[in-house]
Amino acid sequence: MNNEVDEMLEIKDLKVSVEGKQILKGLNLTVNKGEVHAIMGPNGSGKSTLASVIAGKEDYTVDGGSITFNGKDMLELSADERAKEGMFLAFQYPVEIPGVSTINFLKTAIAEIRQYRGLPPMEAKDFLKMLKEKQKVVEIEANLTGRSVNEGFSGGEKKRNEIFQMAMLEPSLAILDETDSGLDIDALRIVATGVNKLRTKENAFVVITHYQRLLEYIVPDFVHVLYQGRIVKSGTRELALELEGKGYDWIKKEFAELAV
Amino acid sequence: MSGSNEILEEFVQGEYKYGFTSDIDSDILPPGLNEETVRFISAKKGEPEFMLEYRMKAFRYWKEMKEPHWAHLHYPVIDYRKISYYSAPKKPKEIKSLDEVDPELLRTFEKLGISLLEQKRLSGVAVDAVIDSVSVKTTFKESLSKLGIIFCSFSEAVKEHPDLVKKYMGSVVPYTDNYFAALNAAVFSDGSFCYIPKGVRCPMELSTYFRINSAGTGQFERTLIIADEGAYVSYLEGCTAPMRDENQLHAAVVEIVSHADAEVKYSTVQNWYPGDKDGKGGIYNFVTKRGICLGNNAKISWTQVETGSAITWKYPSVILKGDNSVGEFYSIAVTNHMQQADTGTKMTHLGKNTKSTIVSKGIAAGKSNNSYRGLVKVNRGAKNARNFSQCDSLLMGNNCGAHTFPYIEINDKSAQVEHEATTSKIGEDQIFYCNQRGIDTEKAIGLIVNGYCREVLNKLPMEFAVEAQKLLAVSLEGSVG
Ligand SMILES: Nc1ncnc2c1ncn2[C@@H]1O[C@H](COP(=O)(O)OP(=O)(O)OP(=O)(O)O)[C@@H](O)[C@H]1O
Ligand SMILES: [Mg+2]
Repeated sequence: MNNEVDEMLEIKDLKVSVEGKQILKGLNLTVNKGEVHAIMGPNGSGKSTLASVIAGKEDYTVDGGSITFNGKDMLELSADERAKEGMFLAFQYPVEIPGVSTINFLKTAIAEIRQYRGLPPMEAKDFLKMLKEKQKVVEIEANLTGRSVNEGFSGGEKKRNEIFQMAMLEPSLAILDETDSGLDIDALRIVATGVNKLRTKENAFVVITHYQRLLEYIVPDFVHVLYQGRIVKSGTRELALELEGKGYDWIKKEFAELAV
Repeated sequence: MSGSNEILEEFVQGEYKYGFTSDIDSDILPPGLNEETVRFISAKKGEPEFMLEYRMKAFRYWKEMKEPHWAHLHYPVIDYRKISYYSAPKKPKEIKSLDEVDPELLRTFEKLGISLLEQKRLSGVAVDAVIDSVSVKTTFKESLSKLGIIFCSFSEAVKEHPDLVKKYMGSVVPYTDNYFAALNAAVFSDGSFCYIPKGVRCPMELSTYFRINSAGTGQFERTLIIADEGAYVSYLEGCTAPMRDENQLHAAVVEIVSHADAEVKYSTVQNWYPGDKDGKGGIYNFVTKRGICLGNNAKISWTQVETGSAITWKYPSVILKGDNSVGEFYSIAVTNHMQQADTGTKMTHLGKNTKSTIVSKGIAAGKSNNSYRGLVKVNRGAKNARNFSQCDSLLMGNNCGAHTFPYIEINDKSAQVEHEATTSKIGEDQIFYCNQRGIDTEKAIGLIVNGYCREVLNKLPMEFAVEAQKLLAVSLEGSVG
């Protein structure tokens, strides 16, 4: 394999703090095209922080390290520019935007992204066609996409709407932050199937989860354990199973010196 | 406010240089307000005697009044003797091409999607192409007159339809109503007049936009709209582009009469010059707007989008006199930088089963102040009156203020009055969420604010709504950063 071509996301020695408290303490992660990485770890270990920092949220201070995406230095770019470069974050807690329909929201997003990439605006009929297609992929009800973004949605509906948006925006890298939590068993399967349908050799996924059940559906190439702001263990699917069985105690013991 | 004090000073003093002249052929009246001024204005316009009498009564009344200061507004003392009360026909500054126009203004025009031709007209470039609207005006006037609809300038109405003017002028907003209404009645320049006869549905939106003479007559405008029994009209007021009509006092009066089974919808998009970032310049907009539902089942609906002016003082109101009559007020008021707005409505329930709805969306950014002030009054005997009020405020940043002053006066036990109010901040989380989908912060704010105002925007006629949306985004530019 030629790394130069396949490397998509490279995070080196990333140190991040918020309000004076260091949360990520030298994190390394490389994601290549076509791969699915799962990130697990106890509550408060820094998983959502990592996702937010990759996506460019401004509340966090990057104290050191680098984030490179398709060869570009992401720390130089604003959040919207990173999205336009092909990054997508499915939020752990999706935000409500009253009065703005998901359709209108996505129309705006797609127009902005296309303009950034020097593409002509999308024709209305192509947009509608795509809308219908993707609604099918994630089995989301049309009336949900006509409503204001996430307003009054149930927890599960919000998560499904995140995946629908991902399908519409066709990112090359999608980070799913606990998309499985709050989903019922059927919805979990539908969402996972949707993700699998969207998987190609060209895109990649980083799946943050607490449950190995999701990983039965979305089979990861790698599983990482994030603890105390660092990836302390990496492995394959088996690691997830091991964690499910044993919990995090053995990790916490093994890396006790990190907990200061 | 010393900044605007200075400007006002400059403005009023600026008028001094014309010196005193009582020559009736002159275009500009020297500053000052006395009986002579009022006579001059009336004579200049060739008004009939009744109009002069009305003006004189108003003037004498005004002289005894004190300027109100109850609103949540701060502005320097206005010396009414230093304002020039007649300057028509106002000759625009000679500008030969768009190259001479303030580039910032042109940028705004572009964002609003205003045609080049219109850009020229609005920025005062001397072009003949304006003729376009004249022909529009004529064809359109013909088709209206076939239906018996009268739509003309107020001056024209005074001469051509004196009976209607005599009957209705001041019947909703008497000159005794308030300080600015009295001042307007004494010195009003011009405005619009509209009469829809019995049972006629006006087939098009009537708009001041088509009225070519509206451009120079802003200062003391007067509008009178009458919908006779069973009539319907939708009226649009305003200019959706900023006029560099700096530092003027606008004290307009709008009166609406809705007879039995009639409906009047009045929509405004107000975007007068708000002054610069530091609060220099800008219009003082002190407007009295009121409608009366005179007969049973009458309806009046006010929809306003207020984004301009340094100071806005405005309470479009409805008197619900007829039984089952309906009054509505839908408002969006945006203030940025140093702007101040004190706006709201008054719903006075007199008839039985009358219903009023108030939806107010205030958006404050920069160092601005945005107040909602509303009164819901139910008189004794107004059985089963209902009101629903929803007043939302959205704050952007920490230096602005939003205030809500809802007054409720109930004199009949059968009344049902509901008031809801919310104050929210535009969320960083919302902005980040949009950013993450590829929408930059400025666009995100536009999107979020438009979403927040959706309920009111939906009340506007289609084309107006599109312009209003763009306007909201432009007004809030640079408000988060
Ligand atoms: N904006 C913030 N201000 C203060 N502390 C923060 C902020 N964001 C995150 N933290 C703290 O950083 C730590 C990591 O939080 P993060 O949300 O990344 O954890 P997580 O691994 O996603 O946890 P969970 O599994 O519960 O979702 C926590 O201690 C959290 O309280
Ligand atoms: Mg988390």
